Amino acid sequence: MIRPRYRIAAVAAAVTAAASLAACGSDSAGTGADAGPPKPGGTLRYGLSVAPTCSDPAQSGTNQTLYVSRQIVDSLTDQDPKTGELKPWLAQSWEVTPDAKVFTFHLFDGVTFSDGTPLTAESVQKTFDSVLELGAAKAPLGASYLTNYVATTPVDKLTARVEFSKPNAQFLQATSTAQLGILADVTTAKPAEQRCAGDNVGSGPFTYANYRQDASATLAKRAGYHWGSAVFAHRGEAYLDKIEFTVVPESGVRTGSLGSNQLDAISDALPQDAPQIEATGGRVLSTANPGVPFGFQPNVTRGPLRDPAVRQALLPAIDREQLIDTVLGPQFKTATSSLASTTPGYQDLSATLPFDQAKARSILEQAGWTPGGDGIRVKNGERLTFSVLFSQVFAGNQAILELVQQQLRQIGVELRLDLVAAAEYTARQNAKDYDSVYYNSTRADGDILRSAFSVDSRNLNVRERIPTLDDALDGQLSTGDAAARNALIRTAQQAVLDSGLWIPTVELSQAIGAGGNVQDLKFEASARLQFFDTWLSGR
Amino acid sequence: MARYVTLRALQAVGVLWAAFSISFVVLYLLPADPVSIAADAGGSGTAVDKAAVAELQARYGLDRPLWEQYWTALTQAVRGDLGHSISTGQPVTDAIGDALPSTLGLASPALLFATVGGVSVAFAATYSRRPWLRNTLRSLPSLGVSVPTFWTGLLLLQLFSFQFRLVPAFGGHGFAGTILPAITLAIPIGAVIAQVLATGLESTWRQPFVDVAVAKGGSRWWVQRKHVLRSAALPTFTIAGVLVGNMLAGSVVVETVFARTGVGRLTQTSVLAQDIPVVQGIVLLTSAVFVTVNLAVDLLYPLLDPRIAGRTRRAPNRTTADSTTGAEVGARA
Repeated sequence: MIRPRYRIAAVAAAVTAAASLAACGSDSAGTGADAGPPKPGGTLRYGLSVAPTCSDPAQSGTNQTLYVSRQIVDSLTDQDPKTGELKPWLAQSWEVTPDAKVFTFHLFDGVTFSDGTPLTAESVQKTFDSVLELGAAKAPLGASYLTNYVATTPVDKLTARVEFSKPNAQFLQATSTAQLGILADVTTAKPAEQRCAGDNVGSGPFTYANYRQDASATLAKRAGYHWGSAVFAHRGEAYLDKIEFTVVPESGVRTGSLGSNQLDAISDALPQDAPQIEATGGRVLSTANPGVPFGFQPNVTRGPLRDPAVRQALLPAIDREQLIDTVLGPQFKTATSSLASTTPGYQDLSATLPFDQAKARSILEQAGWTPGGDGIRVKNGERLTFSVLFSQVFAGNQAILELVQQQLRQIGVELRLDLVAAAEYTARQNAKDYDSVYYNSTRADGDILRSAFSVDSRNLNVRERIPTLDDALDGQLSTGDAAARNALIRTAQQAVLDSGLWIPTVELSQAIGAGGNVQDLKFEASARLQFFDTWLSGR
Repeated sequence: MARYVTLRALQAVGVLWAAFSISFVVLYLLPADPVSIAADAGGSGTAVDKAAVAELQARYGLDRPLWEQYWTALTQAVRGDLGHSISTGQPVTDAIGDALPSTLGLASPALLFATVGGVSVAFAATYSRRPWLRNTLRSLPSLGVSVPTFWTGLLLLQLFSFQFRLVPAFGGHGFAGTILPAITLAIPIGAVIAQVLATGLESTWRQPFVDVAVAKGGSRWWVQRKHVLRSAALPTFTIAGVLVGNMLAGSVVVETVFARTGVGRLTQTSVLAQDIPVVQGIVLLTSAVFVTVNLAVDLLYPLLDPRIAGRTRRAPNRTTADSTTGAEVGARA
């Protein structure tokens, strides 16, 4: 029996429920005041830009998949999108040992899955065990959150104890994700492929009514739901009767359908679509994705990027404001650290990232890189040129990189764009065949730094051990104390930039187009949609 | 006739085998690993677990020698088992079976529109004696081929779905949901039909047997319908196989624009994910359709042109005498 010595949070449900009633998300759709009090009923028609890959929350990875599967499953905890703080959901309280190896959750009583079976500590055990059974191939995110998992023990009917063989401080935030949402036995007993067919049973505010792979998904309100998270703005059942998701790949068609009232909300509203959406009474909702913002990750074993001075010179060489103004639009932000500003533990390092071409030039001059005949710098016969490997997963990537290319040329650096299909991108990444890669990754926990930069992780930098950085990355994982952990995450952010292991550009934003009738459509902490508080007005 | 059909059936099997083998080789030459893509959960940014990749590779038999994989896939395909999709785990036959009805529901009306439209334009263009009308109609096919399907689809949607709100923009059920995508898909195919048929009609009008038919007192309408069309239709049927290919290529775009599920969308997503079993299944399906269409056309030829039936019956010593046989047909009528 492990004695809970350190209490991270134990918030009474009643208190948080009262507090959350007052909360009104700034990132949410609609102006509750103009539209009057929320009214239940109606079907929200939503246009997804890409087909969900699977109906199973545990096997969900992409945003579009999570927009659907997030709604049918509740998590042990919920993360407040504004503060990053973890709040009760299925668990009314929890304890973590100081070494961050043992987590004990106390579940609310009276919660049922949509097949009528009750939520118990055993459901938690079976859910986590099944994620590991799915394995890293089918449930890569869930499995990575459960690294070094030993077992979940149902201490009693409503107490579940999760143990790890090594410290795993990021696990607490992971319990708030859809990937570790708690599922009924009828779902966790099934093999991976069968769990994608759209009959998954969770305890969430919505249930699957219809699921057609690659085409559509319909969710229906769960009658009798009353165990919403402390982050939600109201208690009881969801307002919407139904949510109809349809896959509409072409952005012009999504925007047109929104304008002509054939859809109520759409994914991936492009900056150029915004005026059209606003002209018909709608608006574009956005929130910045937490995690690692977009940026270059240099391979420190190839070409001029071997030289730390070159990597340092690239930091002030990029005019990030211009990237936003020219390519993306006002719902996007510049990157100001190796973490995005909405990630817990983020520290504003914009002082390390000024736009200062003179500084960039002088760093290069001092390191012996002098302008050659065509303006590109040369040192010992080597041209200051490198390529960037990227794929078009985000529509703005190419335009941004073309602009960066022009900006770098002004300081005598040649950037070559290496655009490849997603398939080849993955293959080249695994083979470490690139000068630098360009991407971002989403996670509402500072541990994403370890996934992206640790020498023991994927190590796309192809680097050797750096004590300051690797000690901080490992240390944050074994630190249960939130303040001490954030301090280590801040150290790691600075160390990543100091070693030139990440050249940040912009933060990714989710841009959702919503019609004028859609109220309180909200983003959860990981920038995915949460429809619980959403309601339809004026129809 | 039985021997002819048997021979053609054997030829069809050969084509299917070649399509399977070539696509197998090409897909394995590509520089990517479908399993890593499947294990990356949509570029989630986490490290792709090596053990997981190995496990998936073993599950789909991708760790065995290439010739062994080829042999397994081929023998299974012969038995009608096309394996499982790497990205969804669904059996390939199910994935294609789910997509096929929607594509057929789109392709059938599209083929009807294309044929009616294409034949009408060609007929009117060559029949009319007003030069301005002739020229206008004659330029339609090249316009229809050159306008991008993507653009046509969006234009039709903008007008009929977003502006006048007459038909739904997506969903694609029933008449209202199928009409716009079917028209979009029909335009480039109808244009090819019109182009080939019009050229055929024009050259047939210059044949001596037409002069004979006209000299015998046939009206212009009667001659066009009874003699000219029949002879000019042959090249149009010959390109039927190409049109089927156009149809599939077009459905990739049309199904994306009109948010329909179908073989086109399935092709696009499987190629992007390099889902080899699914791509191979689609290649086999396409080749089978292609082979069937060509077989049907070959069997139709004798009905349209009695000379071909004569050729298969008698010694093939008259096959090159096309210019004279033209006159013969005319004379026979």
